[in-house]
Amino acid sequence: MTQAEAQAGAPAGAHAEGQQHPIGIYFKIWGLLFVLSTLSYLVDYFEFHGYLRWTLIIVFMLMKAGLIVAVFMHMVWERLAIVYAILLPPVLVMVFVGIMAIESDYTLLTRVLFFGGG
Amino acid sequence: MAQSALATPGVSLSPPEGLQGVVADWSSDQRAFKNVPWGKAMMWIFLVSDTFIFTCFLLSYMTVRSSTTVPWPNTSEVFALEIGGKDIPLILIAIMTFILISSSGTMAMAVKFGYERKRKTTALLMVATAFFGALFVGMQVFEWSKLIHEGVRPWSNPFGAPQFGATFFMITGFHGTHVTIGVIFLLAIARKVWRGDYEGETEKRGFFTSRKGKYEIVEITGLYWHFVDLVWVFIFALFYLW
Repeated sequence: MTQAEAQAGAPAGAHAEGQQHPIGIYFKIWGLLFVLSTLSYLVDYFEFHGYLRWTLIIVFMLMKAGLIVAVFMHMVWERLAIVYAILLPPVLVMVFVGIMAIESDYTLLTRVLFFGGG
Repeated sequence: MAQSALATPGVSLSPPEGLQGVVADWSSDQRAFKNVPWGKAMMWIFLVSDTFIFTCFLLSYMTVRSSTTVPWPNTSEVFALEIGGKDIPLILIAIMTFILISSSGTMAMAVKFGYERKRKTTALLMVATAFFGALFVGMQVFEWSKLIHEGVRPWSNPFGAPQFGATFFMITGFHGTHVTIGVIFLLAIARKVWRGDYEGETEKRGFFTSRKGKYEIVEITGLYWHFVDLVWVFIFALFYLW
């Protein structure tokens, strides 16, 4: 591939070469990631329990992951063809998570029934 | 063949956006990922496969944890550190998280300065990233030796369910390996950037320097590095905080 081809393929209104964005956005995301990490640490520090704890942990985790993939890994500026190709397969793994959740419930049940809880 | 007009200099066909763009890109009978250099596409595809590996680890962790009848060790206490005569829960892990996020920040800026062709700044930022990475691995070594000293083994531990040790060493060990590989990769590429291997005029040949006049390699290295940070986000939430 020649340089000219890469240049010609660049979308209108985008960057001359590769991913170039104002440095401010990286600092903003950096700051946000610090805030979110502190918040998720505080969930443990203040000893939240039960559904509140799980919800907060998952929400902060997904927000952090989203910021990293979207901005640091430049996914928001990519064309949808690669965004879908990369992000959809991991989402499908959620089916596997569901299967294993059912399976572990069943394992626990058999352990409790046949080993008397321990 | 009509699409090869894209490759002709001077002719600017801007491909459609949105869902139409997805269909157009995938059916273009050429390359599906427009504007994405092959090296970057390959790194992304590798990262997808690596995602599956870490997902399998976290999945097995979920499975053994929710199926054991023995109580799971309280990670908040297991990973507490005594600072100033007071036990602070998970503090080492929190510091490691901040270090890894900072390394991601410096890496993102290195990518930006690379495309701006400020190669000395880029190389220095990459070295800073590698330094944070090495610091992270160092703290992980400290954590491992502390736990091993306390009697945590892959088959047993004094705090609760024996599966704790197995999943802990497997997941954090594999992640630490990734960080270590990343540090080596970063330093190797930083050295090449520093001495100008990617400048058009030099004739130096070697690994990862085939694409002259381009700094895509910094972005590719960056993708790997951000992925390592990304995996840590999930490990931090699911293993340490859960």
